[in-house]
Amino acid sequence: MLPNSILDLAMSFSNYWRAFFQKNGATLALFLIIAVGTWLFMMIILPQLFMLDFSIRANVPPPKFGTEEHYYTLEHYKYMIFGSALSTDSFNIIDVTVFFRTIGAAIFVTLIDVALCYPIAYYLAHSATGGWSRLMVLSLIVPFWINEILRAFAFKIIFGSTGVINNFLVSIGILDQPYDFIRNDIALWAGLSYAFILLMIFPIYNAIESLDKNQIEAARDLGAPWWKIHWRVVVPHAKPGISSGCTMVFMLTAGALAAPQILGGPSSLWFTQIIYQGFNQAGNWARGSAYAIILLVSCIVLVLVMMKIAKVKFGEMMK
Amino acid sequence: MSADVKLESVWIRFGDFIAARDVNLHIKGGEFFTILGPSGCGKTTLLRAVSGFLTPSEGSVLIGGENMAGIGPNRRPTALIFQNLALFPLMTIWENITFSLEVKGVRKAQRKKRADELLELIALPGQGEKMVSELSGGQKQRVAIARALCAQPEVLLLDEPLSALDLKLRQHMRTELRSIQQRVGITFIYITHDQGEALTMSDQVAVMREGIIEQVSDGTTIYDEPDTAFVASFVGENNRFAGKVTNVTDSFAQVSTPEGLIRARCSKSPESKVKTGDDVYVFVRPESLRFVSGRLVDNQMKASVYHEEFEGNMWQVFLDISSTRKRVKMSYVNDGSIRSHSGEKDLPVGFSSEAAIVLPQGPLAAE
Repeated sequence: MLPNSILDLAMSFSNYWRAFFQKNGATLALFLIIAVGTWLFMMIILPQLFMLDFSIRANVPPPKFGTEEHYYTLEHYKYMIFGSALSTDSFNIIDVTVFFRTIGAAIFVTLIDVALCYPIAYYLAHSATGGWSRLMVLSLIVPFWINEILRAFAFKIIFGSTGVINNFLVSIGILDQPYDFIRNDIALWAGLSYAFILLMIFPIYNAIESLDKNQIEAARDLGAPWWKIHWRVVVPHAKPGISSGCTMVFMLTAGALAAPQILGGPSSLWFTQIIYQGFNQAGNWARGSAYAIILLVSCIVLVLVMMKIAKVKFGEMMK
Repeated sequence: MSADVKLESVWIRFGDFIAARDVNLHIKGGEFFTILGPSGCGKTTLLRAVSGFLTPSEGSVLIGGENMAGIGPNRRPTALIFQNLALFPLMTIWENITFSLEVKGVRKAQRKKRADELLELIALPGQGEKMVSELSGGQKQRVAIARALCAQPEVLLLDEPLSALDLKLRQHMRTELRSIQQRVGITFIYITHDQGEALTMSDQVAVMREGIIEQVSDGTTIYDEPDTAFVASFVGENNRFAGKVTNVTDSFAQVSTPEGLIRARCSKSPESKVKTGDDVYVFVRPESLRFVSGRLVDNQMKASVYHEEFEGNMWQVFLDISSTRKRVKMSYVNDGSIRSHSGEKDLPVGFSSEAAIVLPQGPLAAE
């Protein structure tokens, strides 16, 4: 006989499904289950499983798949860390450096976005009124109707040696000669920071909007200066929103390809570009997959660790 | 320390809407002062002007003799208790209470000590580590008071803080608030639409209507000597007879009403003086109305009982005046000698002329 707790669990599970069907009607419920299930399985789980499988097998052309030459191995993961056996270096310095630089830059871009978006979100949620706030939201959204690659090129033009910014800085005499924003990665950081700005603003906006205005006034009434009000009242309340914004921006920045390709300086490489090379130029899908898995797992681990440190729970972030 | 608060010719406008019209108030230091009025009368707006969240369109606010113009709420010697309390849900109770000290940079050990003292004062000893959500409504109420007192304000502002509590707790907190005020000795400005709260707790009550202060006085005077028809109809229950003055002596007037001639005393307020020919209201409290079998009183009429409520200590009798079918209410204490009058017709009822007051016709409180 089954233990009671398992029986209870099974009961509540079947009750949940019955309630789900009753609430939505059989047709809609079936559609939702099939659509979400198919999406999850076909678009997310299955490709990742294939990728995982690729990453732990020898690199052979498709005709040899399933043959003895397509054996299981961890050599691609090893390669990422120690490099080619032929190399004299003890570590794969290039790939490891690019990896850490990518993660570091993604963290940096995330922090810039928090600093940029928190004040905007706060303003939208608590100070802006009617037409003005709608105008602000519109002007935040409209630029994103333009294709991502075009936006990256626009940044390249703005930050170019004869771009608007250099022309302006030279003309007012701050710079003697144009500054190379592109070689110094500033164009890249700016482009990446801008690329996912909405994914930072809206979760924070949602969180701040639900804050009772009286709490801000109460803190002010008790003598708190503005920064203290934010630090002790608004930010703690908005923490789940900030975390969910950070998670999205960080994940997407670390995984960005177009912006680094276009805005990156000649010497700077983004980890995704190495993955891309693996798939498209080196013809080494196995290594590409291994690198992609490394990036994915590292990002997830990092996010989970940060959530643990910030004491944020998944459930709160989904609100 | 307590400070007095002065409002001098304060006007507050929101576009075309006027929330306060030429308000002049002097609230003495250490006083429990209540602003009483129906919702939307502008009382919360007035409180916000004292706390500094709002700048009057005209006029000035003085606290302890000092003009508060340009001084923000974080730098005024006031503390505000919000209607919804606005406790910080992500802080523990002791952190909530001592937030004003944290702002000043007081060290943690010292803050904890102060929190313990205040928890003692509000009868919640040892509860400092709990979160706000773990407390009951009444306990939250007391924490909000402690948090405000911790800032050592000279004036405590309370914006209907009891309205979220149930009746029993509300009555208990009235006593509690009054005793806290007497212990700490600071000025309390209390906003409410509940006349029971206003009358039981306050040294002084200001009755407000549509941005105007109608009367400022102690509770008994507000109840017994209303200056205006609004105050008479808003504070407590009152039977109202409309009529015309036919004759005035120095302190009494004779009023001709559809129910007959009524003799009643005049208001002492110079603004509410009446003269012959004026349209007036005569107000009579339900507890001043009596069955008058045998005895002679100034004002008598015949009425029938159409409904009766027995409340244990009180009888509430609803009457139809025989001549005009006007409905009036009578209430009297149950001293054990009185039986039900249910369904009885054409009983003589009356009231003395001292118990009725004549006031010029004017705006009335919504029924």
